[in-house]
Amino acid sequence: MSILQFTGSATYLASPELRDAVNVAIALEKPLLIKGEPGTGKTVLAEAIAENLGLELLIWNIKSTTKARDGLYVYDTVQRLNDARFGDRDISDIGNYIKFGPLGQAFRNGQKLVLLIDEVDKADMEFPNDLLHELDRMSFSVDETGEEVTAIQRPIVIITSNNEKELPDAFLRRCVFHYIAFPDQELMTDIVKVHHPDLTDELLRHVLVAFYWLREQSEIRKRPSTSELIDWIAALRQAGVAGESIEEKLPFLGVLLKREQDIDAVVSTPNRGRRRHIH
Amino acid sequence: MFTEFLFRLRQRGLSVSLTEWLALLEALSQGHERANLNVFYHLARALLVKKETLYDLYDQVFAEHFRGVEGHFDVDEELLKWLSDPVLPRELSEEEKAALQALDLDELRRKLEERLAEQKERHDGGSRFIGTGGTSPFGHGGTHPTGIRIGGPGGGRSAVQVAEDRRFRNLRSDRILDTRQIGLALRRLRRLGKDQRQEELDLEATIDRSARDAGEISLVFGPPRKNRIKLLLLVDVGGSMDPHADLCERLFSAAHAANHFQSFESRFFHNCPYEYLFTDIYKGHGEPTGELLARLDSSWSILFVGDAWMSPYELTHPGGAINLYHYNRIPGLEWLQRFRQRCPRSVWLNPEEQRIWRAPSVRLIREVFPMYELTLDGLEEAIDVLAGRRANQPQPAGDLGVH
Repeated sequence: MSILQFTGSATYLASPELRDAVNVAIALEKPLLIKGEPGTGKTVLAEAIAENLGLELLIWNIKSTTKARDGLYVYDTVQRLNDARFGDRDISDIGNYIKFGPLGQAFRNGQKLVLLIDEVDKADMEFPNDLLHELDRMSFSVDETGEEVTAIQRPIVIITSNNEKELPDAFLRRCVFHYIAFPDQELMTDIVKVHHPDLTDELLRHVLVAFYWLREQSEIRKRPSTSELIDWIAALRQAGVAGESIEEKLPFLGVLLKREQDIDAVVSTPNRGRRRHIH
Repeated sequence: MFTEFLFRLRQRGLSVSLTEWLALLEALSQGHERANLNVFYHLARALLVKKETLYDLYDQVFAEHFRGVEGHFDVDEELLKWLSDPVLPRELSEEEKAALQALDLDELRRKLEERLAEQKERHDGGSRFIGTGGTSPFGHGGTHPTGIRIGGPGGGRSAVQVAEDRRFRNLRSDRILDTRQIGLALRRLRRLGKDQRQEELDLEATIDRSARDAGEISLVFGPPRKNRIKLLLLVDVGGSMDPHADLCERLFSAAHAANHFQSFESRFFHNCPYEYLFTDIYKGHGEPTGELLARLDSSWSILFVGDAWMSPYELTHPGGAINLYHYNRIPGLEWLQRFRQRCPRSVWLNPEEQRIWRAPSVRLIREVFPMYELTLDGLEEAIDVLAGRRANQPQPAGDLGVH
């Protein structure tokens, strides 16, 4: 049984089930796939795990143009071609032109580390499938040099997804999956206290009532998240707004809602006769 | 108890693979569930359920299966029982066979027995066998050994209670949609152009060829990878569609925000498209349908959105249009058929539930277009039709189509 146990960190409050998911992923040496609303701390989780376990963190940010091979290594042919023309470096050793990507670096590193594959759904549909083999076996070979790269220590792999694309089933089967639900009021209280330790209970209560009311409004397209709540509280405290008026007036609404239409919708909520009839 | 749980999950539509099942067994035999049904609930979910849209289904099956046995269900014992006589599905895929080979069941059992023996000693050493101390295999009072609360507010809720709460009901994919989900579904509507145009510089091939040509730079071009979907959204507004205005608005704004289409246009109509389609139906701005049709070709996809609920003569008769100030020479149904002929990739989304699609007008329209519910599942099916991944089949004429 693995001795590595993730318990959460001082600044990252993980729910017990999230901690269990992390620990079982570590023990079974499977990648942990994390989904959840924006702002529920998917990316920060990897940092918290690394910090908690005292391991190095490697981040691979996925973009729409990222290919699976980029994570393993890149063969810098342009540099080599260039060097060939001017002859100022030894071009006979292709190894000089192989640059390892995050996955390659993680495998070659002698220490166990945490590898975050951030926003895997941004890449092409085929991307996750292209990584299956490497994540399963934790090894790959460099075609150009014939070198076989095998993980010295299997890294702890954390993958986040924003649900922009369906992930392939074969990929899902190999992962441990956890969906971070939006924190309930109680957990949110704890989270807020980490960021604003000296906040009065009175103010917090009003803030949370207003915040969860806002999240329930169906007209709002982009619901405010935890990080926006933290910023909002900071703004309220800076301005010294008192408790009662927070629920009524919703000051600094722009900190919570980023879309103009959402703000309009909330401002005109009580009597919004939006349904127009024709004929 | 154990195998039944797997079979029940499968039976209810959660496609748990053997690979996943074995992963769960491995985790259990390592003691990850800490002999606690609450932890088991989350653990099994993390390893068996890979989409949050299926959480609700899992909750239901879990509650059904473990209701009433909470107090006297011992995961370890059940696991041991299973390992002594493992029941496995008969047909195994290659992947599953490999997973089975990698996991030695006998070894697993040996380890589990070892751990159980150890655990028993600990119990003999003083802690109460059934109790709240957290070391008992029967403890389910809502706290786990490290004393951290599980479940909802107030603590002390059992896994079955948590499952019965069905907190993930809102994530089900067959419920009403929000903008983002629609946007995601629309993203699946893509056809990558591998056409004849050689427009994009293929860097790898360029370098390769340049190297072969002894450093003489020669450029190589390849086909571009761009989405070639052109989408026309036609939305029924007003009247019986009023209750669905919000939903249609969401679909509309999601389609507008989706910037991956080569072209996107939208028009409104009331009940059925006739001679004129509107860009703003309240102001009466729009263009003749004929002109729009002339600009379309088979490369366009069309999404109709409407409840298809009207008097049949609004579809079948000249002058049937509901607007009294408008006399339509050509019956509505014929306009629909013209759209279908022009753009065979066309489907109808109905915001009403399928079980109430009984009106004759619904049947008439279903004979022209495949019709789906405007839910996430329905939208995905519709998009599969548009993308050519699902048969583009309207209902045969005469079939009453009441399911």
